[in-house]
Amino acid sequence: MAENPAYQLRRTLLYVPGNMPSMLQNIPLFQCDGVIIDLEDAVPLSEKDAARILVRRFLENYTERNKEILVRINPLDTKWALDDLKAVLPALPDGIRLPKADTPEIVERLDTLLTEYEEELGLELGRFRILPSIESAQGVINATEISRVTPRLIGLAFGAEDYTASMEIERTKSGEELFNARMNVLWAAKSAGIQAIDTIFSDVNDMDALRRETELIKRLGYTGKCMVNPRQIDVIHDVFAPKQAEVDYALQVIDAIKRAREMGTGVISLKGKMIDAPVVKRAARVLRTAYAHGLVDVIIHEEDIHGAE
Amino acid sequence: MVLNSLGRQIPEIFAGKKQIPYSDPWSLQPNAERSTRAIRRINHNGSKLLGSLREAIIATGLKDGMTISTHHSLRNGDHLLNDLVKEIDALGLRDIKIASSSIHIVHAELIPYIRKGTITGLECGVNGLIGELISKGELDCPIIVRSHGGRARALITGEVPVDVAFLAAPCCDEYGNFNGYYGPSACGSLGYAMVDAQHAHKVVAVTDNLVPYPAIPVGIPQTVVDFVVQVPTLGDPKKIVSSTTRVTTDPIGLQIAKYAANVIECSGLMKNGFSFQTGTGGISLSVAEHVRNMMRKDKIKGSFGCGGITGYFVEMLEEGLFEALFDVQCFDLKAVESIGRNRGHQEITAGTYANPFNCGAVVNRLDCVIISATEIDVDFNVNVNTESNGYLLHNTGGHCDVAAGAKLSIVVAPSIRGRLPIVRDAVTTITTPGETVGVIVTERGIAVNDKFPDLKAELIKHRVPVKDIRELRDEIYAITGVPKPLQFEDKIVGLVEYRDGSIIDVIRQVAA
Repeated sequence: MAENPAYQLRRTLLYVPGNMPSMLQNIPLFQCDGVIIDLEDAVPLSEKDAARILVRRFLENYTERNKEILVRINPLDTKWALDDLKAVLPALPDGIRLPKADTPEIVERLDTLLTEYEEELGLELGRFRILPSIESAQGVINATEISRVTPRLIGLAFGAEDYTASMEIERTKSGEELFNARMNVLWAAKSAGIQAIDTIFSDVNDMDALRRETELIKRLGYTGKCMVNPRQIDVIHDVFAPKQAEVDYALQVIDAIKRAREMGTGVISLKGKMIDAPVVKRAARVLRTAYAHGLVDVIIHEEDIHGAE
Repeated sequence: MVLNSLGRQIPEIFAGKKQIPYSDPWSLQPNAERSTRAIRRINHNGSKLLGSLREAIIATGLKDGMTISTHHSLRNGDHLLNDLVKEIDALGLRDIKIASSSIHIVHAELIPYIRKGTITGLECGVNGLIGELISKGELDCPIIVRSHGGRARALITGEVPVDVAFLAAPCCDEYGNFNGYYGPSACGSLGYAMVDAQHAHKVVAVTDNLVPYPAIPVGIPQTVVDFVVQVPTLGDPKKIVSSTTRVTTDPIGLQIAKYAANVIECSGLMKNGFSFQTGTGGISLSVAEHVRNMMRKDKIKGSFGCGGITGYFVEMLEEGLFEALFDVQCFDLKAVESIGRNRGHQEITAGTYANPFNCGAVVNRLDCVIISATEIDVDFNVNVNTESNGYLLHNTGGHCDVAAGAKLSIVVAPSIRGRLPIVRDAVTTITTPGETVGVIVTERGIAVNDKFPDLKAELIKHRVPVKDIRELRDEIYAITGVPKPLQFEDKIVGLVEYRDGSIIDVIRQVAA
């Protein structure tokens, strides 16, 4: 849905069970940046078929999309995955959340399948995006390779529930046991220039702990978080909301770079500090987030940052 | 029949009385003195205690054709009205009208006495089965639905003369002083009963908690009470508290509440001196929580909270977020407990709260109010009395009073209930005129009355999904389909009175 996926806000990705019509119906209403319609863990084995049909019908009727739509299919090594893709891709989700993306080969396989569907459906190649779940020790180790498999990747998503299971440990609210894995996924994503999306926080009644965890992952460099309940949206957005001082500075940066373009130079200084590409990129991200929060009135377009060709 | 200004057909005469069609919320002027009653002189200094309700009925001289009242502060826990009507019936009295402050589901026990002719008229709104049966034409009992402020007005002007008020008195002495603060049936504020105590021709305090003289603090004084009756119980204390006084956890409800909070934030009203009223529904309480957080964050010192008071408001008072609470009825035990303890928790009469015909009611000082709806139409008219099946199921409460009084009234409602659209072309019954409604908030978007262009612009600036109300209706109709119009008989079974006494709508018998 966004004009440039690199700048797409993904602060909040809400899981919605694919077998629950009442919740699917509310997808347009939630104010999260994206949803992940789940055909995997949330759907009991006896309802896999029904959920597929339901999700397809829902997507076909959801014509005025107002958020990014990903579908979590079943893992590629299960008997359901191919049927999942066959059912939902013609209804044009934005991408696929791939569970158990433990190796680059698994992601490559999905990449190939998506290319085949795009050809069959007459769609632009690369249209369907992938958000792989890094949710095992193996996946964490392979994260760097996984992050470079295909330009379809919008990011890497860390899945702590399955990760802790694969490590045979308990997940705690403070999350020390996740730290290295979180960092590894983050480095892999950042080094590939894609987003890092953090795991769910499962206690929907503990907003304080959710806030602490979100503050932590934001400080580390994650740009968003998955969620199991829409009640968590506000807390996460609040944490990701830029401070007024950040917004003011970002506006000055963009203004300075526009003046630099007019003057025909690539760099410019602002209050004695060099403004170059990384500073501009950060400023643009702050302003896009600020726009989503209603803190600024205009979207920053590509030309503002890179200049028209 | 005549058309009122909202296009509703109003009978010129109903239940033997000439009616005034509604024209607008503001211009109807009173042309009356305060109602009077005979001055009494009681010389004795002993007890006003009578042995039973039956003795009290006899002592007050209640006769066929007269009007009685009770207050509804015990809500669904009230047994007094049921017990009273049984005694009236046993005494062979007939053609009695009830002008209570409200009638609740528990009072379905009155149905046999309505069929029998003991009760022949309701000068007040009802909740539940009685209204449904009247709507179906299965009970013949003309009914006039009034708001809290409208009822106070009708008693004060004498339009509804109450011959005998039987007032549940949770803490009462033998000489007739009473309050609602203490005892097994403690209900807190007696705001509704205070109007009856001043204006009914005879007043009986009925208590299940007789305390030694004096019952303090004095809520309703000995000087207006003719008799005192002790009964074993006034009702079921567990049902005195309102049913829903918890914040909702439903994501849709929470989203509505958040949008409503956005509206308050964008209204510019959230500043020192802020005054606020909200109901007891899960969404309303969630809005209250947002308000509390906003006030804390911006260190805002509010003026007053008002209406039915809940523990939420008490906490905000005690935290110093509001200077005062104006309490016409307590909705939960925390509020009941607070009113006996907090000086800033002020009991007010229903007249002070919302009567349009005085030198200015408390609702006039409200900045912002959250109200609900069973239906909303594209002219912002709101229905809270009937549901989409046409049955009269709910009383008005203070709905139209606060909407008219507050600077900004915000209606919160889900866009769809069951399979029914809540925003629609026309409401089944108009309770509150759209002219007094500021904003409609649903989970699908917010419609702003054209009277608030600045608010609308501010909301759009904050990325809140503002929609034209017709656009919102169309979006909802696209999901639910357009409902078939209800079929009604010609027979008018009830009137919906606006707070000033004019008739804003009628209740027709639903076709079988």
